[in-house]
Amino acid sequence: MAKLTIDGIEVEVPNGSTVIQAAEAAGIEIPRFCYHERLSVAGNCRMCLVEIEKMPPKPVASCGQPVADGMVVHTDSEMVRKGRRGVMEFLLINHPLDCPICDQGGECDLQDEAVAYGRDASRYEEDKRSVAQPDWGPLVRTTMTRCIHCTRCVRFTTEVAGTAEIGGTFRGESTKISTYVEKALTSELSGNIIDLCPVGALTSKPYAFTARPWELRKTDSIDVLDAVGSNIRIDARGAEVLRILPRINDDVNEEWLGDKSRFSVDGLKRRRLDRPWIRENGKLRAASWEEAFAAIAGKVKATAPAKMGALTGDLADLESMLALKEFFGGLGSKNIDCRIDGAAFDATKRAYYLFNTSIAGIEEADALLIIGSNPRHEAPVLNARIRKRWLAGGLKVGLIGAASDLTYKYDHVGEAPVVLQALLDGAHPFAEVLKSAQKPMLILGAGGLSRSDGAAIHATAWKLAAQFNMLTPDWHGFNVLHHAASRVGALDLGFLPCEGAMDAKAMLSGGVDVLWLLGADNETVRSIPAQTFVVYQGHHGDAGAARADIILPGAAYTEKDGLYVNTEGRLQQAFVAVKPPGDAREDWRILRAISAYLGHALPYDTLEQLRDHLKAEYPVFAAEFRRLAGTDLAAPAAAGALSSVPFTPLLTNYYQTDAISRSSPTMAACVAAHHPALAEAAE
Amino acid sequence: MSSTHAEPTNFAFTEANMKLVEKAIRKYPEGRQMSAVKSLLDLAQRQMGVETGSAWLPRAAMDKVAEILGVAPIRVYEVATFYTMFNLEPVGKFHLQVCTTTPCWLRGSDDIVSACKKVSGIKHFGETSADGLFTLKEVECLGACVNAPVLQVNDDYFEDMDAERTQALLEDLKAGKPLPPAGSLGGRESSAPAPGPTTLLSKPTAGE
Repeated sequence: MAKLTIDGIEVEVPNGSTVIQAAEAAGIEIPRFCYHERLSVAGNCRMCLVEIEKMPPKPVASCGQPVADGMVVHTDSEMVRKGRRGVMEFLLINHPLDCPICDQGGECDLQDEAVAYGRDASRYEEDKRSVAQPDWGPLVRTTMTRCIHCTRCVRFTTEVAGTAEIGGTFRGESTKISTYVEKALTSELSGNIIDLCPVGALTSKPYAFTARPWELRKTDSIDVLDAVGSNIRIDARGAEVLRILPRINDDVNEEWLGDKSRFSVDGLKRRRLDRPWIRENGKLRAASWEEAFAAIAGKVKATAPAKMGALTGDLADLESMLALKEFFGGLGSKNIDCRIDGAAFDATKRAYYLFNTSIAGIEEADALLIIGSNPRHEAPVLNARIRKRWLAGGLKVGLIGAASDLTYKYDHVGEAPVVLQALLDGAHPFAEVLKSAQKPMLILGAGGLSRSDGAAIHATAWKLAAQFNMLTPDWHGFNVLHHAASRVGALDLGFLPCEGAMDAKAMLSGGVDVLWLLGADNETVRSIPAQTFVVYQGHHGDAGAARADIILPGAAYTEKDGLYVNTEGRLQQAFVAVKPPGDAREDWRILRAISAYLGHALPYDTLEQLRDHLKAEYPVFAAEFRRLAGTDLAAPAAAGALSSVPFTPLLTNYYQTDAISRSSPTMAACVAAHHPALAEAAE
Repeated sequence: MSSTHAEPTNFAFTEANMKLVEKAIRKYPEGRQMSAVKSLLDLAQRQMGVETGSAWLPRAAMDKVAEILGVAPIRVYEVATFYTMFNLEPVGKFHLQVCTTTPCWLRGSDDIVSACKKVSGIKHFGETSADGLFTLKEVECLGACVNAPVLQVNDDYFEDMDAERTQALLEDLKAGKPLPPAGSLGGRESSAPAPGPTTLLSKPTAGE
């Protein structure tokens, strides 16, 4: 530890810290443009100048200056002020003063710091530099004339995203941050460079000229478009969600957000269900809640409980799933299932289906085996964490599944599940890697579980974990990477058929006469036989609504207070940002209303009562999040043998995976840019 | 410009050059192969000169270098665009670079520029003559101030230039004659005083 004095405040920081970090620890703000705590130090903007006693008598860039014991730093001396004023004046030489037409206005570091540290007027009278605006694809809007060459975007794409595409080209006055060969950015994390850009050079293309930051109502919430549970901030104006930004949570998403989660917002106001619909003579007609409920009641009363079933979709919140489970319990039906993808594996213990290592825990691992997953597409933020660990050195990665660019190097262990057996037998060289690792981990993808040999893969992966020291009292290296945000919560709730009841596959293939879909929009719902009476409760006119006989309009994740459990088993709360459109209601309220209509009123009238009930019934939701210890070695039950059919990718298209992103024109533009064949097929 | 200078779709090092590529990479420790990027770009540019008569770096060549070094192409583009010695566009058979920094300018570099334009028919810096023989560029100090003004033709410096010597040199090149030996065209021996060697004991001579 080094002790230093900054502006008279004594502060102790670890050796190897920089002066800017020490100042942060002392609570002193130092202006900066290029420095970012999650990126490497570039030291090229020179804004963070400070004066350090007993050093050469000149200002020092505090971002690159290591601390030393006894250092005396001044961040507000005459020399510092003069230095920063000079830097600011130079930065503004080529920066256009177009703040009134710049989207960054109001949340611009350059603007703020020019006010705080700059001169009142420029002495520069010559021509300003002006450069061409390259096209970086449908998400990032470039106005490179405003660029101050801080290289944050270069460092982000190179270091965090792992898709080195942007660079500092040419030199001197001609320096350009560019891709040189004009192209759409291929990263799934490209939206983050918009947040990182301290000026208006990189702004959001879909959000361009939409709103000023001070007009927005900001709501903290949770992302549900993958199972990571990234922490987000929803910015809304009036009844409209305008943009979604990441919030910092070092345990989950650090401060990054995947492009789908960030840019699908325009899907929230398209193809929305804003009133109930009833299918009559094969055609849907708008109806009132009363009519819809009456139609449901008529059908439900005429059907035996054993011939009714409920399925949950990928975006459902915990409250509505609990209400649905208890509603069906009240009706006397045990046919409930959350695994609409057909994943039939042993979920009797929590450790069997959680990402037990935790996302932050990835940084401790020294060997990783990925089975049947492409984390870059299924959880881009989590993949960035793997890359971060890999970049730090000492992580060996193996992949069983379809080869693809994961942004880090890996050994391609095999394509098919049978390789797992070879690893168990020690017949594959990667077994040596796992054996010699201190903290090995494996990630089993959701795509691996939904195969017909999913249960066998699940059990074999667990055995692998047990054999290769992944399950120890202080380390749990068995991980399931889900893709559906609702899945872990539903499994925690036991939203599963009990002994003798029908599972998702049976229900979808005509096993039931009345089928309730809570936001289930997977492709499989299109194949429900015609004789099944389908009630679709959800927010988008997608696959589920297309097949439904009754449509009950629900709320999207931005429109309700909801609890979600991410793939780690972390319970997080989303807050309502805007009201649902039209007659649409929060989903648990719909279920509460229909349960009362059918005479089995659910025992809660408010969200608080529901949550109290939830925590009382399921203590797992009352507990603090903590990583599980790998002490219980008993393997999950397994049926069948491992197949030699290669794993297929869970997602063929990262950008459109659910009703919201399929409704988003921005996501459609991404598909057109990155998967032209898919876009053509859709037309 | 002739069709041989069109953007090629692929590029491969010749067998002889591949040996040099490997040699250049071997100079650096494992994991630091990127350090060889400038050597490889230079080799690629020279090979283009030999193969097509225009020593430049098409994108295919930069991509090839990136592939050999195992780095992202943008890392190579960054280097290639930074250094003015890498030509990102096709150049003529003779790449004329006139230094116009202060010492050369004081010693008459403007005349050299005019002579170059007159013989080649080029109107502005950066252009290539209609016959594809010459590309004229203005460069900053070439470090030959002692024998200023200087004109660089491809790899060679021609010093103590004036309008006549420039014109004669370029006419010869146009006529297909080989380049004369590099160095002073004014008869000066290396960088010695123009009238001949002096000693501390002899009387100082005024410059040319």
